[in-house]
Amino acid sequence: MSVLLIAEHNNKEVRPFTYNAITAASQINEDLHVLVLGHQADDVAKSLSEVPNVKKVIHVDNEIYENYIAENYTAAIIKHAESYSHIVSSANTFGKNLMPRIAALLDTSQVSDIIKVISEDTFLRPIYAGNAFATVKSNDKKKCVTIRPTSFDPADKSGGSAEITKSDPAEASSSTKFLKKEEVKSDRPELGTARIVISGGRGMQNGENFKLISDIADKLNAAIGASRAAVDAGYITNDHQVGQTGKVVVPDLYIAVGISGAIQHLAGMKESKVIVAINKDGEAPIFSVADYGLEADLFEALPQFLSELNKLNTIQK
Amino acid sequence: MKILVAVKRVIDYNVQIRVKEDGSGVVTDNVKMSTNPPDDNAIEEAVKIKEAGKAKEIVAITIGEEKAQETVRKALAVGADRGIHVKVDNVIEPLAVSKILKKIVEKENPDLVFMGKQAIDDDCNQTGQMLAALLNWPQATFASKIEVKDNSLEVTREIDEGLETIEVNVPAIVTCDLRLNEPRYASLPNIMKAKKKPIEQINASDLGVDINPRIEQIKVEEPPKRKAGIKVASVEELVQKLKNEAKVI
Repeated sequence: MSVLLIAEHNNKEVRPFTYNAITAASQINEDLHVLVLGHQADDVAKSLSEVPNVKKVIHVDNEIYENYIAENYTAAIIKHAESYSHIVSSANTFGKNLMPRIAALLDTSQVSDIIKVISEDTFLRPIYAGNAFATVKSNDKKKCVTIRPTSFDPADKSGGSAEITKSDPAEASSSTKFLKKEEVKSDRPELGTARIVISGGRGMQNGENFKLISDIADKLNAAIGASRAAVDAGYITNDHQVGQTGKVVVPDLYIAVGISGAIQHLAGMKESKVIVAINKDGEAPIFSVADYGLEADLFEALPQFLSELNKLNTIQK
Repeated sequence: MKILVAVKRVIDYNVQIRVKEDGSGVVTDNVKMSTNPPDDNAIEEAVKIKEAGKAKEIVAITIGEEKAQETVRKALAVGADRGIHVKVDNVIEPLAVSKILKKIVEKENPDLVFMGKQAIDDDCNQTGQMLAALLNWPQATFASKIEVKDNSLEVTREIDEGLETIEVNVPAIVTCDLRLNEPRYASLPNIMKAKKKPIEQINASDLGVDINPRIEQIKVEEPPKRKAGIKVASVEELVQKLKNEAKVI
């Protein structure tokens, strides 16, 4: 019984959700090994070897792993799968793209997006946009599991000294080619891990008005989110979308501005610790999940909010 | 080119679902059902490719009980040429779905298979990738833009960091994001015409694949409810509450 976790990284640094997935993976079984597929990603392998929960790091270095080509990743993972009872990864676009391809080749029915480890074969996962929780038991010999990162705390990053073993690459696919990645660079905290998130919806009316949100985000050191409606309307880029088909966030404070609160949006934020809703429609469903609701015109409320924040002597960062 | 599009019948996205009291699942009787939303995007994209003269035939397929045919009928009404309905009596897992689809792909020989990136009922997000693996075809998941080239597709994918563009050789599997396009509505004449388009019925049991469940659903329950919140009267009160009561700023 050992667990193999597939690390997500950018060849220089471990992507933060890998640490949350490590926590969940080591709850499945303590004998946790991490597979790093990358190109010149020695720093990544080293960082992961220092995680106390990690017992071994397998590092495969080849240019075919520079980008996440699921076909190439899968071939390498299958080579190692034999020795493991569980193959796991985080349930973000990285793991969602990759894991089913592995599972199918192992003839395993994957358990997606778990939010709790009940035992080695039994897990809790949300269905219907989080409107129901299912307890499921996998009867496959080998289990493929993806982990909702925000449901687990990140693992400690230092203090361990796992062995790093090098391994050979598998064959590369000739039918898929990486062309480009348009990454949105920002000095703000990442949406998925930020302590405070402030999101705008269709009520923002246009992209320029998101300035009202970004001013407050700067003040609170918050990440900026958006509803699907706001992204579809072109107010803001897709990497900000919170919801069933976007990102799931669980910040300490979630501020929803001009968001009505469709089921699909609530799925992405309703586990937040404290929820604030600012909306001029007092009947908007967002108020049903809000700890603090303010029925107001956002164009008046947001500037006031900023000025009230400016009056505070201290703000938690 | 020939495009196979897989569609699934699910509880309508606007329905507030209810969990059954005995914990065996969610209530589906007398609940409005529709096509899984991103599957509509998959059909729309196939139709657009055909309208651009780059595809000759679109085959819509669904797997499910008798009524699942409605989703194929809807696909026919917006432009699919013919349909396939693989009948199963129970809910089956994505692995089983992809095994059935593999059999159909071997029979139909499409150049492309499109489907939604995720079904909004089980939220698994697996079938397209699994089918790609079983066929050993390339996969382009979470597609928000598709450009058809001579023997390949250039696909822009929605990923956590932003957008990624890959090129996949045909034959390929594409799973579609909601942002790929704006699905059209079927016109009344087209709905009437769709009634005459053929839907082939196949029993899953005749396909010779193992569709038995591997995952036991032990129970389904309601998620913990949030305690009711309060309405504040002013921005000033809100900031004071966040600072002194919730202690989050």
